[in-house]
Amino acid sequence: MTEIRIRVNGVAEALDVEPRVSLLDALRDHLGLTGPKKGCDQGACGACTVLADGVRINACLALAVQYADTEITTIEGIAKDGNTHPLQDAFVRHDGFQCGYCTSGQICSAVAMLREHAAGMPSAVTEPDDPGELDETEIRERMSGNLCRCGAYNGIVDAIKDVAAQGAS
Amino acid sequence: MSTKRVETAEKYVGRPIDRLDGAAKTTGEARFAAEHRFPGLAHAALVHAAIPRGRVIAVDDAAARAVPGVIDVLTHENAPAMKPARKPSMMDISSMVSGTSVNYLATDEVHWNGQPMAVVVAETPEAARYAASLVRLTYQELPARVDFAAEEPNAVPQKSSMIFEAKADKGDAIAALAAAPASVDLRFTTPPHSHNAIEPHATIAVWDGDRLTVHEGSQGLAWMRKHLSFRFGVPEQGIRMLSPFVGGGFGGKGSVWAGTLLAVLAARATGRPVRLALTREGVYHTVGGRTPSTQRVALGARADGAMTALVHTSVSRTGRVGGGPESITSASRHLYAAENIHLRQNIVELDLLPNTFMRAPGESIGTFGLESAVDELAWELGMDPIELRRRNEPERDPVSGVPFAHRMLREAYELGAERFGWSERVPEAGAMRDGRWLVGMGVATAYHPSMRMMAHVAVRLSADGGVVVRCGFHEMGMGAATAQAQIAADELGVPLEAVRVEYGDTDLPPGPIAGGSTQTASVAASLIDACAKLKRSVHALARRAPGSPLRGRRLEELTARDGGLHHAGGGETYAEILTRAGRDHLETETKAGTLGFMVRMLRDRRRYVKAASGAHFCEVRVDRDTGEVRVSRWLGVFDIGRVINAKTAASQLRGGIVMGIGLALTEETQIDHRTGRVVNASLADYHVPVHADVPHIDVHCLDDPDPTMPLGLVGVGEVGITGVGAAVANAVRHATGKRVLDLPITLDKLL
Amino acid sequence: MKPFAYVKLADVDAAVHAVAAGSGAKFLGGGTNLVDLMREGIEHPDTVVDVTGLPLDEVDELPGGGLRIGALVRNSALAADRRVRAGYPVLSQAILAGASAQLRNMATVGGNLLQRTRCRYFYDQAAACNKREPGAGCDALDGFTRSHAILGVSESCIAAHPSDMCVALAALDAVVEVRSVRGTRRIPLADFHLLPGDTPQVETALEADELITAVELPAAPFAARSRYRKVRDRASYAFALVSVAAALEVRDGAVAQVRLALGGVAAKPWRAHEAERLLLGGPATEEAFGRAADAELAAATVRPGNAFKVGLARATITATLRDLSTEEETA
Repeated sequence: MTEIRIRVNGVAEALDVEPRVSLLDALRDHLGLTGPKKGCDQGACGACTVLADGVRINACLALAVQYADTEITTIEGIAKDGNTHPLQDAFVRHDGFQCGYCTSGQICSAVAMLREHAAGMPSAVTEPDDPGELDETEIRERMSGNLCRCGAYNGIVDAIKDVAAQGAS
Repeated sequence: MSTKRVETAEKYVGRPIDRLDGAAKTTGEARFAAEHRFPGLAHAALVHAAIPRGRVIAVDDAAARAVPGVIDVLTHENAPAMKPARKPSMMDISSMVSGTSVNYLATDEVHWNGQPMAVVVAETPEAARYAASLVRLTYQELPARVDFAAEEPNAVPQKSSMIFEAKADKGDAIAALAAAPASVDLRFTTPPHSHNAIEPHATIAVWDGDRLTVHEGSQGLAWMRKHLSFRFGVPEQGIRMLSPFVGGGFGGKGSVWAGTLLAVLAARATGRPVRLALTREGVYHTVGGRTPSTQRVALGARADGAMTALVHTSVSRTGRVGGGPESITSASRHLYAAENIHLRQNIVELDLLPNTFMRAPGESIGTFGLESAVDELAWELGMDPIELRRRNEPERDPVSGVPFAHRMLREAYELGAERFGWSERVPEAGAMRDGRWLVGMGVATAYHPSMRMMAHVAVRLSADGGVVVRCGFHEMGMGAATAQAQIAADELGVPLEAVRVEYGDTDLPPGPIAGGSTQTASVAASLIDACAKLKRSVHALARRAPGSPLRGRRLEELTARDGGLHHAGGGETYAEILTRAGRDHLETETKAGTLGFMVRMLRDRRRYVKAASGAHFCEVRVDRDTGEVRVSRWLGVFDIGRVINAKTAASQLRGGIVMGIGLALTEETQIDHRTGRVVNASLADYHVPVHADVPHIDVHCLDDPDPTMPLGLVGVGEVGITGVGAAVANAVRHATGKRVLDLPITLDKLL
Repeated sequence: MKPFAYVKLADVDAAVHAVAAGSGAKFLGGGTNLVDLMREGIEHPDTVVDVTGLPLDEVDELPGGGLRIGALVRNSALAADRRVRAGYPVLSQAILAGASAQLRNMATVGGNLLQRTRCRYFYDQAAACNKREPGAGCDALDGFTRSHAILGVSESCIAAHPSDMCVALAALDAVVEVRSVRGTRRIPLADFHLLPGDTPQVETALEADELITAVELPAAPFAARSRYRKVRDRASYAFALVSVAAALEVRDGAVAQVRLALGGVAAKPWRAHEAERLLLGGPATEEAFGRAADAELAAATVRPGNAFKVGLARATITATLRDLSTEEETA
C-alpha cells in the first residue's frame, strides 16, 4: 500500500492504495465519487474523463499514485459556489444525454475542451492558418473521445455551442 | 374499457419537457448498479473458457488462491447448485428471459468460447481480476460449429410462434418473379452486432437468509426476479431488484446473463455481499448480441413500377444453448402491395454465445435487405425511389388483408422530400460532387410493429395535492418517467411538479419489460385507467358532500384541471375534497389478469396491423480516392402516433438513427471462424459511431394519434434504427454507382 | 494486474539506475498503453519507475535549426507547439489524428514511440501470439487481418505499429536519444522500430534498461509543406487502416524534395524509400505519384482481410502528394 495525498474537488484527501489501483477506482471505490464512470477501463470510451490540474484525462488509464499532489476535478466538483456549471444546465436543456452513463465524462470533457480551444490548441480538423472557430465540426472532433451509445451527440453539440456562445458574448 | 371519462385540459403531453432525472444525471448524483456501497462488499471476476466446445477436465486454482485477498475460487467442482433454467414457454414469459440454458458452475461442459467457467471472489476488484487471470483450466475439446458463413446453407425453417410468424405466402411469388418484366434478385449479408451500452453489466447481490437484494441495470425487473426466484429456490417476494438507473440497454439488459446469476451464486457461496462488474471484454463473452444474417430479396415489377413479386428469405443463427429467431422478414409482410409475396425465415444453431434482442431485432437488418432491393429496383426501372414506393403503397395489409390502424407513409415521404430538398437530387449516379467528395442521396422506409404489454400501475393522490405514480418500469434513457409524469399531470389536471414517479424497483407494482417499443404505451394505458379510477373516487367523495361545489354533479360534466375537478360554474381542488372528507390520501392500483390481457392482445392483432413507421432521407459524401463514407445530412419523418414528449421522442429517434449509422458503416462483432471467439471485444476495435461520425439529424414527427393506442401513442424506441442501413447504402449507391450488399459499408467495398 | 512496486524519481540518472538495478523494472510515462497492457496481463513488471517527474518536458530549438523534443513532452503540447505547427505541420497533424484529446493529454513522446501493437490476437490471452509468447504461433495469420501489416511481415507476425506520431517522425528523419547506465546513444528513428522476422517479441532497438530522453528533428525547411493523411474506419478515435506522412517540394514541375512514410501497413512506421527514389527529380504528376506508390507496395504480402490496403495505400499516397503539389502551385 502506498499512502498518497491528493486534492479532489478542492478537498485534500489521504488515500492508502496499492500502486495498481487506477485513479478511476480510487475515486469510485475508495472516495465514493461515482460520477466518473467505468465504461471500458481501456481508454476507449471517455466515460471516466476527469480533470487533472484542469487538463482532461482518462482516469481509467491513470494510476492513482501517479496523481499524488494533483488537483483532480470530477463531475461532482464542476459546479461552482453551489451553482451548477452552465454546461450541466445546457445538457439538460438540449437533451444531451439519455441513459446518463457517459454524461459525467462528456461534461468534464467539454469543460476542458472549451479551455483548450480558448488557449489555441488545434484539433485534427483545424486548418493550419485558421485560428479555429469553434464550429460544429470542431466540437465533434474535439469531443470524439467521449462515446455515447444512446446517440445523444446532437444534443451534446448543441449544449456546448450554446455555452460557448454565452461565453463569447 | 368503456369507463366514463373525465375531460382533461391537456397541458403537458406533447411538449418538449426536460427530463426529470436531468439534474441527477448531469451532477454525477445518479447511482448506477455497481455504485452502491455495502459493508464487507467482496468483488468477483470471471474466468472465461478459451475453447468453443468441450469439457473442463482439470482446474488448477492454486496460484489464484495464493493471491492475497482471495476469498474463494468457485468452479463446477465446488460451487453450490443452482436449479437449471426452465424450458422457454410462452405461457410463462419469465422462462424466456434466460439468456442461455447453461447451468453455470454446475457443469464442466463448455458451450461457447468465453463461457464463464469459474468465479474468483476477493477483497478487492484488483485482486479478483488478477487471480482470475491465474486460474488454469485444462480442456478436452469437442468439434464445434462456429462459422456462420460456412454453416448457413444447413439452416432449417424456423417454426412460427403465437407472436411471430416465420413465413408468409400470397399467390405464387416465385413464378411471378420469373415472369416479371423488371426484376432484381439480391443476396445480402449482415454481421453480428453488440449492444455496447456504455455501462457494462454489473450486479451487486446481497443475501440476508433467504432474502436477496440485487442491484442491477435491467430492462425486465419482474421477469428477472421471477427467474432468480426459480434458479435459487427462494420465494419471489423475498427478492428485491433495484434498477433506478440503467446505463443503456438496447436489448442487452433484458435477459438474465451469467454475470447476474454468478454474482448471486458467489454471494450465497461466500456469505458476503458481492459485486460482479463485467469487464468490457466480459460483456462480449457473456451477453449475446444481434444475429448475423444472410438474406435474399427478389422483387419483380411491371414497367410502371407495380410490384408483382416480393421474395424475402433469411437465415439467422441461434446458439445451441439458447437464443431465438428474429423477424427478419417482418417489414416485408407489411410495406408493399406486391401481388405475390413469399417470405421464409431459416435458422442455424451454432456453438456460440446465443443471440439476443438488440434494438429492433429482425427489422433493423431485414429492412436493410428489403429497402436496398426496392432502391435497386428503382434503378432498374429508371424510376425515382420515392415514386416507386408511392406506387406500391398498400391500402390494407398486403398479406393478411387486415386494415392498418394508422398509416402515413405517403405523408412522411411527401413532407420529407420537401424538407430535405429531394428535388435537387440529380438522378444519375456519381453526378453530384463537392470537391474531393462524391455526394449521394438515398431514402428508405422505417417500420416497426407496435405492441402493448401488461403493466400494473398504482397512483396515490395526497391531501396536499401531490401525486405519486408507482410502477416497476425501466428507465434506460428513454425519458420514461418524464413521459408518464406528463400523462399523469394531464389526466389529473395537476402541475407537473406535483407528480413524482417511482420506477425501477420490484417493490413497486410490476411494469412491462422495456422492450419491443412497448413500455410507454403499456404503462400509459394502465396509468390512464388508474387516474380515471382515482377521479371517480374523488368524485364519489365530493358528489354528496354538503358545501362542495361539485355536489350533485355528474362525472361527465367535470374537467380535471388546476389541481382538482371543475365544471363551468366552479369546482374544487383535490386537496379540498380530501381534507373535507378527512382523507389523507386516495390510492388506486390497476390489475390486469395475464390470460385476459393475452386474449385481448391477440384479438387486437387480428383486427389491426399496428406499427410505427417513417421515411429516412440520407446524404452521404464518399471520398473519391479512399472510399471513406461520411454521413453529411439526415432527415427522418416519423409516424409514431401522438408524441408525448417532443424532446425525448426526438432524442430516441435520433439515437436509433445513430446506431443505424453504426450498423451501416462500421459495426461488426468479429467472430473468429476457427474458434468462435469474439476477436474485437473492445470499444477500440468494435467501432460504434463517435461524435465526428454523426451530423445534425433532423427529426420530424407527424404527431397524429393512432386511434387504437392509449392516448394515440406508438412506441419510438426501435423504429428509428429500421431502414437506416438501407438509406445509407442507397445514398452510397447514388454517390458511387456501387451497390454494397454486405454490411458494414467499409471503404474497401468502395475502392 | 500483478502487484508491483512503484517509485517516482525526479532525476534522470536515478531513474536509469533504478531500472538497471532491478530485473523486471519498467519505465512508466503517461500510462496510456502500459497501464492497459498491465491490466490485460500482457506486461507484468515487478517495479514501475514513474519518469513523468523528470525534467524532460521541453521543446528546444537546436543550434543550426531543428528541434529537440523532450521525451516527456505530452502529445497534446507537442501538437500545439507553434514551432512544430509552422515548421513540421505533418507532425502536429499526425499527433492530432491519433487517439482522443484525453489520451493525447496523458501520452508522452517517449511512450508513443514504445506503443505496442493493437492486434487483437496479441491482446487476447486465449489466442496464440508469437509476440506475447514466443513460439506459440500466430492466430492472426488466418484470422481477422483488417488492421494488420502488409509490408515487412513474416510468418511469425503480421501485427502493425499503431502510432501516428511515429509515421511523421519517420518522414522527418528524426533521431531518438536514449540513456542508460552505460551512457547516451542516438538511434535514427528508421532503425528504432524493428520488423518481426523470427523475433516479433523484440520490437525496438531499445535495451530493457534504456530510457528515451529526447527526439531530435533535423532542420528541414521543406517540411513546412507537409501533411498527414489518416484513413480509418470511423471519422475519429480509431487506429489507421493506412496513413501517409508526406513532405514535398516541387520546382518547375519536378520533385525537388520528397519525404514519404506510411502507417498502418507494417510493424514499424514505414519510410517509403523506394517511392522517394523514384519520385525525386521526376515530374510531380498524379501518374508519377501512382507509379512510385506501386513500386513501394510491390513487395506487399497480403491476406484476404487486408489485401485492400495495397489499393488504399496507393490511393492515399497519390491523393496526399497530389494535394501537396496542388497546394504548392497555388501558393
